[in-house]
Amino acid sequence: MNDLLTPISEKQDTAQLPLKPLGKVIAVTSGKGGVGKTFVSANLAAALAKRGHKVLVLDADLGLANLDVVLNLYPKITLHDVFTGKARLEEAILPAPGGFSVLLAGSGMVEYSRLTPEVRNEFLRIMSGLVPHYDIVLLDTGAGISDVVLFAVSLASEVLMVATPEPTSLTDAYATIKVLVGQQQRQTVRMVVNQTARAGAGLPITHQLQHVLDRFVVTEPGHPIRLVHMGDIPVDSEVRQAVMRRQLLMQTSPGCPAGQAISQLATRLEQTVMPKLA
Amino acid sequence: MASLSPPSLIDLQDLQLDDARALLEHAGQDGSQEMGEPPLAYLQRVINGLCELSLKDPLTGLGNRRHFIATLERAIEVVARSGESILLLLLDIDHFKNINDTHGHLAGDQVLQAVAACLANCVRPMDTVVRYGGEEFAMILPNCRPNCGRVVAERVRRAIESLSIAVTPLVNLQVTISIGGAYAPEWVRSTTDLWIERADLQLYRAKSDGRNQVFLDLPHEISVSAEEKGLLFGHFVVDPTAAPNNTPVEGPDPGSTSTHRVNA
Ligand SMILES: Nc1ncnc2c1ncn2[C@@H]1O[C@H](COP(=O)(O)OP(=O)(O)O)[C@@H](O)[C@H]1O
Ligand SMILES: [Mg+2]
Repeated sequence: MNDLLTPISEKQDTAQLPLKPLGKVIAVTSGKGGVGKTFVSANLAAALAKRGHKVLVLDADLGLANLDVVLNLYPKITLHDVFTGKARLEEAILPAPGGFSVLLAGSGMVEYSRLTPEVRNEFLRIMSGLVPHYDIVLLDTGAGISDVVLFAVSLASEVLMVATPEPTSLTDAYATIKVLVGQQQRQTVRMVVNQTARAGAGLPITHQLQHVLDRFVVTEPGHPIRLVHMGDIPVDSEVRQAVMRRQLLMQTSPGCPAGQAISQLATRLEQTVMPKLA
Repeated sequence: MASLSPPSLIDLQDLQLDDARALLEHAGQDGSQEMGEPPLAYLQRVINGLCELSLKDPLTGLGNRRHFIATLERAIEVVARSGESILLLLLDIDHFKNINDTHGHLAGDQVLQAVAACLANCVRPMDTVVRYGGEEFAMILPNCRPNCGRVVAERVRRAIESLSIAVTPLVNLQVTISIGGAYAPEWVRSTTDLWIERADLQLYRAKSDGRNQVFLDLPHEISVSAEEKGLLFGHFVVDPTAAPNNTPVEGPDPGSTSTHRVNA
């Protein structure tokens, strides 16, 4: 109850201050690991690409990057080589099967979880170089509230929070939202409830989260936190099958329930979020 | 004697097992082939014995550095997949050189053995205690929430402080220990080097702050109280990790520094 938000922001030193978020960048994040961030990022990118948008997915999960596995891409040049100066940024960008571009983290990136000012600057330099070339950049971040995840999220103008209906996932999502509101003065967090038992089961979950935030998180007057429910994705055996085959769901079975949900999510994003970016 | 066993591709006579046998005997294990023991079974026993020895510190009987790194690597995998809280503690005996200089190396060894035994007594069977080097020890504590980590580290510090170590019938020595600790970052496949470095930094702080201290690098954790959880799930959940009186689980403010000095 004492997690009042104003004192937290006052306590921050300047190094912790959130950067000015970059337009067109959406962070896909979660409180708990393994809830479907990479699945959502990759398939949402494919759905948006199919609608004619130029999309880049950046694997910013430095500690548990698995976008390479999901896309079945094992490039020689990765973000790690860009960081170490061994390659130029353009060389690390690859075409992904779904018609979008990817920048994969590569092994060795975990070293950068020690978030030094140099790492921050390099990240920011890379991001600013990328953004002008795309209609939308999705950041597949790590889970939780470690420095590096919060930093990656701070670069994005919009946050897509992926959670499952499981209690630990919801608790962690709630805790993460509290931090995002407190540290980054976020007012809007967009919710995707993944792995629901049936369609429509996610909306009451978002409402409940909103209710608890309203009750327990104090913000500055006139600046309430708003959770926007972007959609549900049902549990679907096709998802696991696509992962096993190392293929994108949006390519193997876009018509399955989870595929349709991703399409709806893309439409939602296209209509309500993308016009506000840029 | 091996002639009774079924034919085997290995003839023990061709192997030079004397050193291995001697090592095992020296460590109190039976190193020779028993009556009727098949050559393969005997060899397996020798290999197992050597493996065990290769992971042990001979002086204290604790695990050694090799055992430590292997355990730490496994712990990193666990944390990456489950997000479990695992605490690494580095413990260093304060002013150990003075003991060696004043009372001799034999006394120094006795102190190391006494401290090792005390450390091993302070923890649960699932925990790992090793001698990391010279007078430095390490502990890996799985399934250890942040508020419980402080309690354990503080208990260890006090246990060592209250130890009276008889190095001769007339001389009892007392030592203190400095402790630095770090939690594995959750949901990240870190490296042993990065993790040890973070714990080492805290140990350094404990030393520079006057020794006999505990400093921990706590994970970023934001408290979600039982009330909040109750409202979130529409009823009051019983959280087995919460304090018995169901008070909110304590954690650092998200905006505050993550380093906490434990004892005053
Ligand atoms: N809607 C879904 N239905 C069934 N399985 C899913 C669904 N979403 C995700 N999964 C499973 O969860 C696993 C983990 O998802 P992933 O995107 O890698 O999580 P994260 O990136 O958050 O760690 C996937 O491999 C997939 O098998
Ligand atoms: Mg992922």
